[in-house]
Amino acid sequence: MQVLSRIVVAAAVLVVSVLGAQAQTQDKLKIGVIATLSGPPAVLGQQLRNGFELAIKQLGGKLGGREVEVLVQDDGLKPDVAVSKVKALVDRDKVDFVVGPIFSNILQAIMKPATEGGAILISPNAGTSNFAGKDCNPNFFVTSYQNDQVHEVLGKYAQDSGIKKAFIMAPNYQAGKDSLAGFKHYFKGEVVDEVYVPLNQLDYSAELSKIAAAKPDAIFVFLPGGMGVNFVKQFRQAGLADKVKFLSAFTVDESTLPAQKDAALGFFGGANWAPNLDNPQNKAFVAAYEKEYGAVPGTYAFQAYDAALLIDSALKATKGDTSNKDALRAALKKANFQSLRGKFKFNTNHYPIQDFYLVKVAKRPDGKFQTEIVKKVFEDYADPHAKDCPMK
Amino acid sequence: MSTTFLLVQTLNGLQLGVLLFLIAAGLTLVFGVMDFINLAHGVQYMLGAYFAVAFYSVTGNFLAALLLALAAALVFGIVLEFLIFRHLYGRDHLDHVIATFGIILFLNSAVKIVWGAAPLSLPIPEALSGSILLMDGLLYPVWRLVIIGSGLAVAALLYVFVNYTRIGMLVRAGSTHAPIVAALGVNISRLFTIVFGFGAMLAGFAGVMIAPILSVEPGMGDTILILAFVVIVIGGVGSIRGAFIAALLIGLVDTLGRSFAVDILRLVMAPSPARTVGPAIASMLIYLLMAVVLYLRPTGLFPARGR
Repeated sequence: MQVLSRIVVAAAVLVVSVLGAQAQTQDKLKIGVIATLSGPPAVLGQQLRNGFELAIKQLGGKLGGREVEVLVQDDGLKPDVAVSKVKALVDRDKVDFVVGPIFSNILQAIMKPATEGGAILISPNAGTSNFAGKDCNPNFFVTSYQNDQVHEVLGKYAQDSGIKKAFIMAPNYQAGKDSLAGFKHYFKGEVVDEVYVPLNQLDYSAELSKIAAAKPDAIFVFLPGGMGVNFVKQFRQAGLADKVKFLSAFTVDESTLPAQKDAALGFFGGANWAPNLDNPQNKAFVAAYEKEYGAVPGTYAFQAYDAALLIDSALKATKGDTSNKDALRAALKKANFQSLRGKFKFNTNHYPIQDFYLVKVAKRPDGKFQTEIVKKVFEDYADPHAKDCPMK
Repeated sequence: MSTTFLLVQTLNGLQLGVLLFLIAAGLTLVFGVMDFINLAHGVQYMLGAYFAVAFYSVTGNFLAALLLALAAALVFGIVLEFLIFRHLYGRDHLDHVIATFGIILFLNSAVKIVWGAAPLSLPIPEALSGSILLMDGLLYPVWRLVIIGSGLAVAALLYVFVNYTRIGMLVRAGSTHAPIVAALGVNISRLFTIVFGFGAMLAGFAGVMIAPILSVEPGMGDTILILAFVVIVIGGVGSIRGAFIAALLIGLVDTLGRSFAVDILRLVMAPSPARTVGPAIASMLIYLLMAVVLYLRPTGLFPARGR
């Protein structure tokens, strides 16, 4: 009996040492990054890429002890291009992880080619409702949020702060309609007008006249990218900023503030993080990012940074092994890393449960602009779609 | 629905129209005179705005930035013409489209490499940064009035230039009878270079004037290019007068459509479907207008003579 147990122990030692040796001779870990790096929204994709690469650099070029090779691809905001690039990453380059994308319509397109090809897909931004609910996927993890939640932050805040009349506006496409629906989910006051503008409208003078005529207490807008830059400038120029509270989602953030500058001062947004969030890791991150890239990081950068930390934590748990997918998924699900946002854990649908804040545009002493946290609006907020997800 | 509100929206419409005219003027000139489809007109407009931002950061003076940007846009237009466009004049329209589309892609990326992908901004010059109270609670920036004024001035200048100057005469003659004009001893190729450089400068001027209101970003010319083409097609290709009237027409139709479509539809249908249908119809209106005009007058409202 004693002999047998000795043999077992010896075998175990042998197995462990062989595995250990294997871990040392493992190939480089390949990670594909797919982001929008051309066209007007390129700045968002650059933040994503920079945030991800910064994390790897700070970890000494290694994740979970393995050397990393990052293959960056531009989807050009075209779903068909994204699909062929992701296929190449998964089938030809054999990446273990795909990190991306920025936009929800790209996410819809690359979900199948990425996850069915055997890679783990980690989204550092897009988080659609279908993949949070009935189409949830064991090989898909989100380090950002479920899209609706950001719009709900403003709706909740408008409701709680006693705003009676709101004027709401968004581009005339699916995400715009979802945005206004998300706002109205919590806001029960009077919506004086609900306006849909063509995507990429440049001049908002007609809408500004409407806002002035409607005399609302607050407006809520979802005008991402250049649309937001134009609208914010024109809203300020029309003298409405002093009379109407400006609530927004994805309209004033670190990607647009360099162009909006003083015009956006004091305007409100919603987020799961802000550059001034007070914890030591975040302070170090913001300082390092600004030193490296000369710009203030936004949510796109921090969520990609967290995605790298997430992969690092999972590979530490599996000792660098990516072949056992069940073990890898279990390790990812634990989210055993210190997120820059503080508290972070995954729900059953692999979307985060986290806090959300009302943020406000402020000018820093060095003259740069950033969003800063005003108050916590939701605590440990989980999206409602998780109940439709079959994963447990 | 007060009268003031209607008047304000009409003014907004006029302003959008003038803005469109500034861009369409150069496009119709090049298209009409040289029979050259220049899709790159939009990126020249973008470059004007970028040049202004760059020169403003150096000089800190809007007027200096404007003049330097105009000069830069002119030089850049002439260089482009010299290097690329002059080799395409005799060729098919499809070749123009492909070549100038290539220039769009190239310059959009080049701008991103030089200035970055994030949108930039140009402040309104201090002296003109005031605003006037237009209706209760709504200020109208003086700068928008300046845009209207400069658009009208450009229209008047172009009218005089094309109709009453020697160069204007050559331009008109060259557009319809180029070989004859050349046979009379006029250097037609140099004339085309001048027209092209001038067109590029007009696009650059539009970009500079609009930069304080809109964001300066890569690809900013692409959206406006489509509208500019709608303008020159409705106005009649090559006609400055046509471009002017069509631009104002489109500005008014688009703005009034956006303002009142939902309200008008609410008279005949429930509020919720009106909200869905209204914006869809409003954004189609200018294209519907174009279809109607083309049906009634296939060469546009004011076709240039000799076409």
